Amino acid sequence: MTFASLKVAAALPEIFLAVAACAILLFSAINSSDNRAGRACWFAVAALLITALLVIAGFPAVDAAATTAFNAMFIGDALSALMKVGMCLLCAAAFLYGREYNRARGIATCEYYVLGLFSAAGMLVMASANHLLTLYLGLELMSLCLYALVASARENKLASEAAMKYFVLGALASSILLYGMSLLYGLTGALELPAIRAALVSAADADAVDPALALAVVFIVVALAFKLGAAPFHMWLPDVYHGAPTSTTAFLSAAPKIAAFAVVLRLLADGLGDLTGVWQSMLIILALLSVAVGNFIAIAQHNLKRMLAYSAVSHMGFFLFGIAAGNAAGYSASLFYVLIYAVMSVGAFGAVLCLARDGSEFERLDDLRGLSKRQPRIALLILILMLSMAGIPPTAGFFAKLAVIQALVGAGLVWVAVAAVLLAVVGAFYYLRVIKLMYFDAPADDAMDLAPAIADRPAHVLLAFNALIIIAILPWIGALIALCNAVIAAAV
Amino acid sequence: MIPLSHYLALGAVLFALSVVGIFLNRKNVVILLMSIELLLLAVNINFVAFSHFLQDVAGQVFVFFILTVAAAESAIGLAILIVLFRARRTINVEELDSLKG
Repeated sequence: MTFASLKVAAALPEIFLAVAACAILLFSAINSSDNRAGRACWFAVAALLITALLVIAGFPAVDAAATTAFNAMFIGDALSALMKVGMCLLCAAAFLYGREYNRARGIATCEYYVLGLFSAAGMLVMASANHLLTLYLGLELMSLCLYALVASARENKLASEAAMKYFVLGALASSILLYGMSLLYGLTGALELPAIRAALVSAADADAVDPALALAVVFIVVALAFKLGAAPFHMWLPDVYHGAPTSTTAFLSAAPKIAAFAVVLRLLADGLGDLTGVWQSMLIILALLSVAVGNFIAIAQHNLKRMLAYSAVSHMGFFLFGIAAGNAAGYSASLFYVLIYAVMSVGAFGAVLCLARDGSEFERLDDLRGLSKRQPRIALLILILMLSMAGIPPTAGFFAKLAVIQALVGAGLVWVAVAAVLLAVVGAFYYLRVIKLMYFDAPADDAMDLAPAIADRPAHVLLAFNALIIIAILPWIGALIALCNAVIAAAV
Repeated sequence: MIPLSHYLALGAVLFALSVVGIFLNRKNVVILLMSIELLLLAVNINFVAFSHFLQDVAGQVFVFFILTVAAAESAIGLAILIVLFRARRTINVEELDSLKG
């Protein structure tokens, strides 16, 4: 084996991002200016944008054979490139939204952005994982940084409690995943995902599934459900979204969801791709429970961040519906859904960040009363985001839901599709309630408007762009769906 | 020679013990961290046993990585524990209940 045979160049974006993170850490150590955290944020955004450009420059042809590197531990296909571009842009957006907020809340340290960059590097590794070890290391690199980001508001009691809960349940989920992986290794003798798939072909044809194999699949599915926050393993998610500083919530509600999609796809659709019959029914139950629990409990929330957290649980259910369809059309619908959802989610938390003021968080639903009179521009942008999350045409959220439901019907799961549509109607209630509060209710108390707003101009411009793209993408939505179909068809 | 099933049973028992430790423990966050370490060690036993009986060294390499990540994980966990104690003056699991709804 020679160095050239490792084909290091395939991982150039990841390597660049990790080196850039180290460089920013060094910058923070030798720079003593008061505004070094603000500068570190701009450097981090620049590093993420350059990484995205590197990925785009090396974007493989959709129909070309995937290149593997590091002895087939790392795969560079069009699917991973598409996910990486999305991750980099979403992480950069979350940094820009949170920059002034972090400064106002006293978490303005360079380390915040360095941790965010390492977390993004972990996500990129997950997107390209072709081996259980790569998958695990990418997952842990992402998760360990996220635990620290949640705890970054050190004086905040809620944040430290949320970080502890996130850490304990996240570590438990990782261990369950590892246990499932160890069983899979024992059964197949392989750690590379294609080799695992090849070893399981005969097991898939057998009439009765080996109980040990079924146990391994159960462990893996439960761990993925924990990581995704799918019901009934969602209990950490509302606490973390609520307790974490809003800038961190925006970060972890967007790009990590795409990374979670990558893990689910690589493990279930790739490694265990011939065992659809074993995991399909589990995913359907998880997805139905998530959509039901998320939508019904979200109605009872008074806190905007908590409401969005339960809405995230229900969106994770929808995303699992696509995977549960168990065919390429379903995976592609899921990919499309998760990309659109991540954009909406970072936008929704970005709006909460843009409304935050000195000394007040703007996170109760009551704070939204009469917002259309106090902040007409932001109210309009929130309106677009909420309509899209509810899945009302002509927003991108509608097409995302439509694609998933089409995939379910195409896979013959008509009753699941009907249940999904009915539960989505329940979800529309609390999104529309936000619009009602903003447009039809009188302001309860406008004293908080007197405090100066925190967010700066770049954050406001980004929010406008973020919300408008949900509608403006409409002419190209067919092209985006076609791209998702093509990259999935090449990968699975 | 000790058969594979004995090692797997040991791993399963350790794993189950530590999961029970996480969910039954109502007193101290430090015990949660110990349970998490034990979870990873239970997985390591599985990997080493399979690696030995399959005559395949890759499983043992995996164990090295798990050990390294476990060290990083406990460092992060203890750091969060210190932040938690400084903010709330308690590490009692039952008192970590300000987030609910």
